[in-house]
Amino acid sequence: MEQLQQILDQALQQFAVISDEAELEQVKAKYLGKDGSLTGLLKGLGKLTAEERPAAGARINQVKQAIEAALQQRRDALQQDKLALKLAAESLDVTLPGRGASTGGLHPITLTLQRIEQLFHSLGFAVSSGPEIEHDFYNFTALNIPDNHPARAMHDTFYIDPQHVLRTHTSPVQVRYMENNQPPLKIISPGRVYRVDSDATHSPMFHQVEGLWVDEDISFANLKGVVQDFLQRFFEQDDLQVRFRPSFFPFTEPSAEMDMSWKGGWLEIGGCGMVHPNVLKNVNIDSEKYLGFAFGLGVERLAMLRYGVNDLRLFFESDMRFLKQFN
Amino acid sequence: MKFSENWLRTWVNPALSSSELSHLLTMAGLEVEGMEAVAPEFNNVVVAQVLEVVKHPNADRLNVCQVNVGDAQPLTIVCGAANVAVGIKVPCARIGAVLPGDFKIKQAKVRSIESFGMLCSGKELGLAESSDGLWLLPEDAPVGTTLREYLELDDQLYTIKLTPNRSDCSSLQGIAREVAALTATPFQALNIKLQAATSNDQLSIKIEDSAACPAYYGRLVRAVNAAAITPVWMQRRLERSGLRTINAVVDITNYVMLEMGQPMHAFDAGKLSGGITVRHARAGEKLTLLNEQVAALDADVLVIADEARVLAMAGIMGGQGSGVETTTCDVFLESAFFHPDAIVGRARRFGLATDSSFRFERGVDFAATQQALERATQLLIEICGGTVCAINSACGTLPTRPAIALRRSRVTRIMGIELSNGQVSTLLTRLGFSYTANGDDYRVTPPSFRFDLSIEADLVEELARVHGYDNIPALAPKAALTMLPYSESQRPMSRVQQILVSRDYQEIVSLAFLAEQTERDLCGNQNPLALQNPIASNLAVMRSSLIGGLVDALRFNLNRKQPRVRLFEVGACFAKAGGEYVQTQRLSGIAYGPNQPEQWGAKSATADFYDAKADVEALFAPLALRFVAATHPALHPGRSAQIMVGEQQVGWLGELHPQWQQQYDLPLAPLWFEINLEAVLQSKVVRMQEIAKFLPVRRDLAVVVDDGVAVQALLDTMQQANAPLVHEIVLFDVYKGKGLESGKKSLAFRVLLQDTQKTLTDAEIESSMTVLVGALQQQGAQLRA
Repeated sequence: MEQLQQILDQALQQFAVISDEAELEQVKAKYLGKDGSLTGLLKGLGKLTAEERPAAGARINQVKQAIEAALQQRRDALQQDKLALKLAAESLDVTLPGRGASTGGLHPITLTLQRIEQLFHSLGFAVSSGPEIEHDFYNFTALNIPDNHPARAMHDTFYIDPQHVLRTHTSPVQVRYMENNQPPLKIISPGRVYRVDSDATHSPMFHQVEGLWVDEDISFANLKGVVQDFLQRFFEQDDLQVRFRPSFFPFTEPSAEMDMSWKGGWLEIGGCGMVHPNVLKNVNIDSEKYLGFAFGLGVERLAMLRYGVNDLRLFFESDMRFLKQFN
Repeated sequence: MKFSENWLRTWVNPALSSSELSHLLTMAGLEVEGMEAVAPEFNNVVVAQVLEVVKHPNADRLNVCQVNVGDAQPLTIVCGAANVAVGIKVPCARIGAVLPGDFKIKQAKVRSIESFGMLCSGKELGLAESSDGLWLLPEDAPVGTTLREYLELDDQLYTIKLTPNRSDCSSLQGIAREVAALTATPFQALNIKLQAATSNDQLSIKIEDSAACPAYYGRLVRAVNAAAITPVWMQRRLERSGLRTINAVVDITNYVMLEMGQPMHAFDAGKLSGGITVRHARAGEKLTLLNEQVAALDADVLVIADEARVLAMAGIMGGQGSGVETTTCDVFLESAFFHPDAIVGRARRFGLATDSSFRFERGVDFAATQQALERATQLLIEICGGTVCAINSACGTLPTRPAIALRRSRVTRIMGIELSNGQVSTLLTRLGFSYTANGDDYRVTPPSFRFDLSIEADLVEELARVHGYDNIPALAPKAALTMLPYSESQRPMSRVQQILVSRDYQEIVSLAFLAEQTERDLCGNQNPLALQNPIASNLAVMRSSLIGGLVDALRFNLNRKQPRVRLFEVGACFAKAGGEYVQTQRLSGIAYGPNQPEQWGAKSATADFYDAKADVEALFAPLALRFVAATHPALHPGRSAQIMVGEQQVGWLGELHPQWQQQYDLPLAPLWFEINLEAVLQSKVVRMQEIAKFLPVRRDLAVVVDDGVAVQALLDTMQQANAPLVHEIVLFDVYKGKGLESGKKSLAFRVLLQDTQKTLTDAEIESSMTVLVGALQQQGAQLRA
């Protein structure tokens, strides 16, 4: 039995110093192989008596298992070492930039319009649109602005032909929508509009958002409520002051200009009012039963204030150094 | 409308500061656009007279003056101005005065002589841009009076932006009436002294269109002194309203216009032939206007004529040769009411905008026509003297002011707050509207000077305005809640925009009009849709495609050293077809330069047709597009395609034509695509398909074909062969060059075969592949070994 202990000690010693997997397998054969020392002892069991055999066999097996366990442990250790070496060799400079495509971005006017649409959508306003080359009738006449009315001079209109203009405001969409839909109505209409005006603070093309709410009990107080709510949400400023000033638009009565407080003063943000009974009459809506308010907001003005843009012309120059700031 | 606050306060004088008054007007709809002081701050400056001028003993250029400032003793003042002289009246800043720029006047020794003040120039008082010596005041200036008092310098100039409905406020009287209503302050009506006529001389007055001119009052004033000097107070008021002094008679008519809002005209009666006729212009008639412009008159233009010629464009501008000059002896004064419909638009047609047309086209108080004539006569007699003749007039039917029903319930509904009967009555009274009340029902008659009140809503606005918009609360509406429709067969535009953004495109917004040449070049549009009144020749026609704006934007950015530009725009494009304007929303993109941003470890390649094609395909995915080679004026003829959804063309894709690349100075050829927005927004509600239980089998198929054969043709051939079990055919390799004849290419297809019910047998697979190969061979393809 001393012999068994000797074999075990020798095997453990030998395994511990081997650093190569193939060599380990060769050494394994010395003990557990066909001609291995332990295999020899097992073969020798046959010479023992039936009484001695179980105990001797058990002892040999014990040692065999111990050798196998040590072998496996050594194998694992060698594998671990090998893996560690491989991983060390494979390590990267994680600070190199990532590869592949970059991304572009949306125009600040689009961002502003999306924000406006989202806010009004939350109040249940649908979005409606209309043509940019507009019939004189929709741009003016149906909005209670007859031929030669001095209010037409307020508009500086681009003409395509004597009957067609580039719409000067988004208000014609009100008329088109009311022609085809019955109250209650609640829409906004964002879009491009055109005026013969071009300088540092005017672009011949710009954007407006028209809003319209027609229902049985819609009042001027509600107009103030909705516009104020919108501006406070848009600018994320609960204490934003909004001021309504009497004004004149042929298609609203009463009419008002909307101003908002900004850096200690007031800034004009758009026009609004209660839909003029003549406009309702023009689209066969009973103005006794229904009241409505309408407003038009200048989108560029909102975008400039929101994002600190100081020159209107930047919106239309397509300068990527400007546009990429909004990505 | 410009006016002086002091003048206004002679009519109505509320206990408000200038800035409070300005705020009040703005918040009542008379927006104060500007308010400026007549003079900057200074004090202790009086009218003084120089009594003695003696050369300063120690200085060549200085004089020692004795100056009367109204005190018992004259002051000794050292003065360096060249124009100082005995007897002149000049402003004198006394010891303790503070001049503009915080310049304090102290007693000081000037070269050893004590000086007790300073004689001033206009510039030193901040009243002139530059001055050449002392400011010489009129001989009658009262010595000792403060300059501020003497020249009425404590005054503010207001500029009001009048909305077209408020013509009644284009006079001092009108603004005063408004202030009185807003502040419940008494209004001092004008006290007109009627001048008794001492002669019955008159010019006959004939009106041919009494609807256009319902009232015309005229009066001769004989033997006037037209060379009289306009009084200083009148000059000052005219100047502070932005009007130049012309001559006393013209100044008087202008003054009455500012005062009462009634434009007037004064003719030199000696230059008239016979009576006055108000009529429409006749064919071919011309008039040389006071501004020397020659107007060819249309028949809808109303004129004032005598028996010989046209004298004036009624209500717009007088003509040359009949106006009052300083030599005029007899004056014919005109005060008329021209209906807005007869005036509106005419001035603009001739490029004119006069004080008269501004008022008449918006509406002038037709009840005050004669009053204005009386007022002008009074001023004329006071200033120029003369003999007053009787008024002659011709009148038709004046506009009416029918009573308007006003219901208190309606006021509440529109405003959203309730006004009591007492409040309604008070507001109406303050506005000067006559009314009767029956409980909550009012009948209101608008005054003759208001042309903007015809329906109930107009009155509600008046009540709301005077009550104060600020006094109406901001309330959230109460309404029934319903959801909005939300279609899934339409993608939101934001989704489509996002696809391009994630593929590195930057959105732009460009103007919808551009140069005609760009349309011709890039769209082959020989007949572009032109604006009648463009602002510039490079913005003269409407775009029929977004390409022009994108190419411009590309060039703008290349000029700013951007090496890689990828832009897109969504917008309307315009055309005329069959007499109708067609306006289509399109989505268009341009890609220029490397297909990837410059980076390490990746080979740089210039974006080509297929890079842009992938972007287009991504926009429509999962829908499979077809591309058909076709030519477009903007594009390289061998590198352009129509984008097809089924049989329908939805857009274009291609590389810019080398000719335009050169002409637009582009070092590389950009790729461009344009798609009808409607097509790309189409979507379908997904219906799930059963997932096959058996895995597909892959077979590769490589063939050699002529270089000119389109891959799509081979794909179509294989598709049409209807080989059983074929699930998908995809091209995965194209090879040209070594090992192949020149003019040939090798194409490799991946074929996936599948049966949803069972595992495929080799025999089934081979039989399907044979069908495909057969079909390809029929097209001249050779199977590659």
